Amino acid sequence: MLRYLERSLPRLVLAPTAIAMFVCMYGFIAWTAGLSLTKSRMLPQWEFVGFDQYARLFANPRWHVALDNLLIFIALFIGISLVLGLLLAIFLDRKVRAEGTLRTIYLYPMAISFVVTGTAWKWILNPGLGIEKLVRDMGFSNFEFRWLVEQDMAIYTIVIAAVWQSSGFVMAMFLAGLRGVDESLIKAAQLDGASVIQTYWHVILPIMKPVFFGAVVILSHIAIKSFDLVQALTGGGPGYSSDLPANFMYTFAFSRAQMGLGAASAMVMLAGVLAILVPYLYSELRTKKV
Amino acid sequence: MTQSKQLMGRAFIYSLLLGFAIIYLAPLYVMLVTSFKDIEEIRTGNILALPNTLNFSAWSKAWSTACTGGDCHGLAPYFWNSIRIVVPSLVISTLIGALNGYVLAQWQFKGSNFLFGALLLGCFIPFQVILLPMAKLLAWVGLANTVPGLVSVHVIYGVAFTTLFFRNYYVAIPNELVRAARLDGAGFFAIFWHVFLPMSTPIFVVTVIWQFTQIWNDFLFGVVYSGPGTQPITVALNNLVNTSVGGKQYNVDMAAAIIAALPTLVVYLLAGKYFVRGLTAGAVKG
Repeated sequence: MLRYLERSLPRLVLAPTAIAMFVCMYGFIAWTAGLSLTKSRMLPQWEFVGFDQYARLFANPRWHVALDNLLIFIALFIGISLVLGLLLAIFLDRKVRAEGTLRTIYLYPMAISFVVTGTAWKWILNPGLGIEKLVRDMGFSNFEFRWLVEQDMAIYTIVIAAVWQSSGFVMAMFLAGLRGVDESLIKAAQLDGASVIQTYWHVILPIMKPVFFGAVVILSHIAIKSFDLVQALTGGGPGYSSDLPANFMYTFAFSRAQMGLGAASAMVMLAGVLAILVPYLYSELRTKKV
Repeated sequence: MTQSKQLMGRAFIYSLLLGFAIIYLAPLYVMLVTSFKDIEEIRTGNILALPNTLNFSAWSKAWSTACTGGDCHGLAPYFWNSIRIVVPSLVISTLIGALNGYVLAQWQFKGSNFLFGALLLGCFIPFQVILLPMAKLLAWVGLANTVPGLVSVHVIYGVAFTTLFFRNYYVAIPNELVRAARLDGAGFFAIFWHVFLPMSTPIFVVTVIWQFTQIWNDFLFGVVYSGPGTQPITVALNNLVNTSVGGKQYNVDMAAAIIAALPTLVVYLLAGKYFVRGLTAGAVKG
């Protein structure tokens, strides 16, 4: 009996996590999937209506605004973060003095919550008292910078704040990657007469491909889940012009008592994440086996 | 010629790096100087101007009398709420993660790799997809709007990450160690306690820092699963900023934001090396 217990110990230790995982992750996903097929509003109601909620979702202009914003946000946030992170990493890797201090400075925003980031940038971008006033005080009295309260521009303020927060992280990833590049490859390229820029472009960057992929996956994951930043910086406004899908989901599921619709939007978000993640994990696992 | 060219190159690199350092530091600087100004100074000066005097009144207001939605006790009660939420979540999820990682790396059984894969995928799901059923479950077991409820949520969804950290750390340790210890008659827990724990300090530090920043900075779970008396500091900060009783008080907002950011910033400055390791381990390894 005791021997049997001893042998099952590893399983017993893992059991609570396994149960919690299957109930609270996969079970809950199934629950949300089921809910998205019902007409639930205030309370769950298990009366199935097929894909009606999805039809309602995609007929909702607010959802389209959120999706368009997500595309803008993902493209700019990831693009700028990658370029900036790579640039900083390459320059930091050129044997500069005070590298540790500079690294600490580029990375510290990552330790701060998105709510704090949003609060800080809300003040910096304040129309009237923020950057606008600063530039006007410098003598450009007609300068205007009020993206925070402009419907078409509010989403870009979220890009700015998010890049400030996350680009240091991309820098850290690239720097770790650069440090792993074999010195002899660089020497060989330089012996062949390649300039520094050519060496980076043709030799080093291709080696860093996995880091690029990793960074893109993580950044898009951050982007799809972004909720706190929008909530703190623009509150989704003006109107709902800077909503992201996560904010749409929260608003409809919790403030507007539209559970079925909220569940449907959450399922679309999950599908989006899986569409990015599955090919990535698949290629990761495949390269590891080879 | 080449020497001056090289010198120019160095100057370019340094000015670019320094320029960006200034840009990255600017928001923190703006927050700090704003928090020491009074409203009059804020209206007349600009965001970069230094304060005339070191005025701490915005800080004491943010801490103890500012209004966060309905009540006006400042951030202090919510700061303690966050501590009451973070400490147990952190301890429990790290310990469970250590044991899980130990099993998954050293005591593999049929199906353990499948469990690990399923858990790994769980690190990536957008939490929106579990928000509604979790709210139902918490209400059902009577933990809605309570600190233990929030702790449970953080533990359940944090364990995927802590397990991943420990599993990846322990998987590098040769299994011969476990086999030799078993021949000596040591059991499952004895081996964990005497062999694995003593060499686990770095991964404990990485995991604790990761969980601390994640849970302290959490807003989504906080806003969905907390009640009026149990809100964490991030939620309170957001309420404070959006409450405008008697005009906007940007100095109080900034002091409050710094207070909310301070614990994780201090941890980052003290243990930045481990913080970076956690980020990259949590992000790229698998």
